[in-house]
Amino acid sequence: MSAPVLEARGLVKYYPIGGGPLRRVAGQVKAVDGVDLTLGPGETLGIVGESGCGKSTLAKVLAALERPTAGEVTVCGRPVGRLRGRALRRARRDVQLVFQDPYTSLDPRMTIEAIVREPFEIHRDLAPRGDRRARVRELLETVGLNPDHCGRYPHQFSGGQRQRVGIARALALRPRVLVCDEPVSALDVSVQAQIVNLLERLRDELDLAYVFISHDLSVVQHLADRIAVMYLGKVVEIGGEDDVYRNAGHPYTQALLSAMPVPDPGLRGRREEIVLTGEPPSPIDPPRGCSFHPRCWKADERCRAEPPALTAWRGAGHAVACHRPEVWSPAGGTEGEVSATR
Amino acid sequence: MASSTPVSASTDLRPVVRTGLTRSPAFVISATVVLIICALAVAPQAFAGWFGHGDPRACDLADSALPPREGHPFGFDVQGCDLYANVIYGARSSVAIALLTTLGTVVVAVVVGCLAGYFRGWTDMLMSRLVDVFLGFPALVGMIVILQTLSTHNEFTVSAVLILFGWPALARVMRGSVLAVVNSEYIAAARGIGAGPVRILLRHVIPNSIGPVAVLAGLNVGGIIAYESALTFLGVGLQTPAISWGVQLNTAQQYFTTSIHLLVFPSIFLTVTVLGFVLLGDALRDAIDPRIR
Amino acid sequence: MSDLLESLPGHDPGAPMLSVEDLQVEFATAHGTVRAVNGVSYAVGAGETLAVLGESGSGKSVTARAVMGIVRAPRGRVTAGAIRLRGVDLLTLPEETRRRLRGTTVAMIFQDALSALNPVLPVGYQIAEMFRYHRGASRREARRRAVEVLDRVRIPSAARRAGDYPHQFSGGMRQRVGIALAIALDPKVIIADEPTTALDVTVQAQIMRLLGEIQREHGTALVLITHDMGVVADIADRVAVMYAGRVVEEAGAHDIYARPAHPYTRALLGAIPRPHLRGKRLAVIPGAPPDMSRPDEGCRFRPRCELAGPGCADAPPLYDVAPGRASACHEWTKVIEG
Repeated sequence: MSAPVLEARGLVKYYPIGGGPLRRVAGQVKAVDGVDLTLGPGETLGIVGESGCGKSTLAKVLAALERPTAGEVTVCGRPVGRLRGRALRRARRDVQLVFQDPYTSLDPRMTIEAIVREPFEIHRDLAPRGDRRARVRELLETVGLNPDHCGRYPHQFSGGQRQRVGIARALALRPRVLVCDEPVSALDVSVQAQIVNLLERLRDELDLAYVFISHDLSVVQHLADRIAVMYLGKVVEIGGEDDVYRNAGHPYTQALLSAMPVPDPGLRGRREEIVLTGEPPSPIDPPRGCSFHPRCWKADERCRAEPPALTAWRGAGHAVACHRPEVWSPAGGTEGEVSATR
Repeated sequence: MASSTPVSASTDLRPVVRTGLTRSPAFVISATVVLIICALAVAPQAFAGWFGHGDPRACDLADSALPPREGHPFGFDVQGCDLYANVIYGARSSVAIALLTTLGTVVVAVVVGCLAGYFRGWTDMLMSRLVDVFLGFPALVGMIVILQTLSTHNEFTVSAVLILFGWPALARVMRGSVLAVVNSEYIAAARGIGAGPVRILLRHVIPNSIGPVAVLAGLNVGGIIAYESALTFLGVGLQTPAISWGVQLNTAQQYFTTSIHLLVFPSIFLTVTVLGFVLLGDALRDAIDPRIR
Repeated sequence: MSDLLESLPGHDPGAPMLSVEDLQVEFATAHGTVRAVNGVSYAVGAGETLAVLGESGSGKSVTARAVMGIVRAPRGRVTAGAIRLRGVDLLTLPEETRRRLRGTTVAMIFQDALSALNPVLPVGYQIAEMFRYHRGASRREARRRAVEVLDRVRIPSAARRAGDYPHQFSGGMRQRVGIALAIALDPKVIIADEPTTALDVTVQAQIMRLLGEIQREHGTALVLITHDMGVVADIADRVAVMYAGRVVEEAGAHDIYARPAHPYTRALLGAIPRPHLRGKRLAVIPGAPPDMSRPDEGCRFRPRCELAGPGCADAPPLYDVAPGRASACHEWTKVIEG
């Protein structure tokens, strides 16, 4: 594999609680707690997990919007951790973020043109002043918007169109990597498909690599080459699409897959159901040992005492953080359907 | 379902101001009053001569404190000057102080509010405590003490003192509104494309957070004029030979039992002006604030 | 209080538990009148689950609010149609009677349980209030019943947690409280408005299972309002698909997934990412839903429809496609065949 465009080593991000001048820190939110990731050029890495698992924080740290508490992010071979000010801003160009909520991620007082042009005003070397307007129109066209609408304000657009504006803004800097933080979760199904297709097209045309973060397993499955499953700030399973969706080893991955609603009433009652009890514990005070053990049906003494490391399991590139991984795949038609079309 | 109405529609005031305001009678009336007062301030000579005696300094002690008569609709002041011309010329210093003070308080409040709200931490703590100190201090007493130690009392010194005690309340509002904006995703997006703090503050934070402060400042204009008059009335504001409503009222207090017109005419102008600005600020707030609409 | 319903005019034990007939709801906005619901009809029987499927702005939630009688005047009002519980038209009843039916006969579960609960009162107290207000229970009795209900939605150590305030519950537990509030008085009809949209997948599974169990135990009629075709497939008996304020297709859950009879339903199904579509482009519906403030006489889906022809300028009626199946498309035969 060619040199990775984005790499994270031992990434940790804690947020102090109640801290501040003259106030004692009451605790730490362990949002991201030791994550290693590698992203090759043109690759799509899906990250799935439930709310509070740290996937959004991970997105911000990867895009250098937040400084990690420990660990290092390397972009195209350059570690960004020690950069400050102008150099940091220069380095951020290669990794751009697409936000979840198209209603809040665009400045309501700026026209679409001003929003997409802002990157050029910050990085003046990108395009000479005279070319900027043309570049903005070109970018709007690339994401499927009518460039004649560039004088409009965000509220005059629908959710899907706003998301396209956000993507155009991110593309202006010619990034190598787009970190998409739940880019379609706020959109309706039909619009969601438009954006998913757009992201796929851009990946092919511009040779982009994606970190695609979502709680929606089916969207991630559609787009991702490799998938990382996060639970309480840690990656609990990582592997190719086939490994994770059909040969899941971690009980949490298995529960997620089983809970994923499948749009086929014929499968009702035919799928193996794993309904977890309880909800993810608080990242302020994660359980000792394996952080999943309080909800796990296989947990034993060892799981309660000793946190499992993410270790290679079965094929190449498939790793699971579980003391007793077992192969499992969602029973019923999902698999049959796939083999039928292959 | 709920997402079908874009959230930002309410934060963008352009269309609201265009459609809602011009239909509101409170806005039309108050805007007219404010416009007239501003015209008086800018070009008093155009209005003062309406009754044939436009020079506020053309005085004859023989006319001292005489009641209104033909050509002198408001009568004469103690010095025997035409009171109508004096009241017209008095608008200038009142409006000048009001505008200077408003501008000054807004600038200070925006700077302090932005620094505190955007940088948080120690900056925030220091600024917020400073605001608390000023808010806890009896402002009128402070103004009197400071003005008494100053040798010159003109529009600028009076404005400066009013700014000194006027900014904290606005700064607190600004800080709150900056805090709300700073956590928006479009601020994170701006950082993501490499914008520095200055650009973020000027392009994104201030335009999106200044609304409440601007409206509050508008509401305060009337109060400032009243305050200026009060200071002058107490003898620590503008002083003769300056022409201002405050000075006129200050003089009138000694004579009002015998010459009531000295008190009545400046008071009417002062009251109408203060009301005009307050109503204008009110109408603006109603038009902008989505919760009231 | 079912005896209340039985005593009302028009009561007919043979009529469907809930039926909405040709309902119209309008909202006054700055941009004119918006007819958010334009002639919606559906019916649901006891023990049955009807999923009302639609995207934002389709009118699915407004319809539900109209059934509950919580469309607020003067901005929004029901302008035509009927809402019947066992034949009793709710729209003709005095407000006081409707209020007595709310909670006792028809109850609602909201998407955001936190906003449906009063933040300054303990949840147990809020549920107990229902028993005191509607059943005239004593304070002690009401509290006992409240704990019982919290236990029924499987909130661990219910007696202790009854004294907690809404913000002390996690997302899933909060939605359980929302369900407890809805089922407290054993209503005949429960309307669940996107009950799991705000929840995580694993928690969603718990909540849907709980709803299913409650419904089976009590034979409740359940109207599930959702945009999630996966959830619908898991739980619904029948599906009504809404688009731009109208029901465009109604059918049994199996039929609608296997052989949709309306182009919109078909396009929606095609837009879902599925394992065998990996690496392929998803089918998309071009364009965006229509502007509801500018009514269009014809089929509202026409501008986005691949089958649109000149005939679509006339609004299609709901054609009977098969027993229990209907589609509002002139070309339904073409759709259903391929």
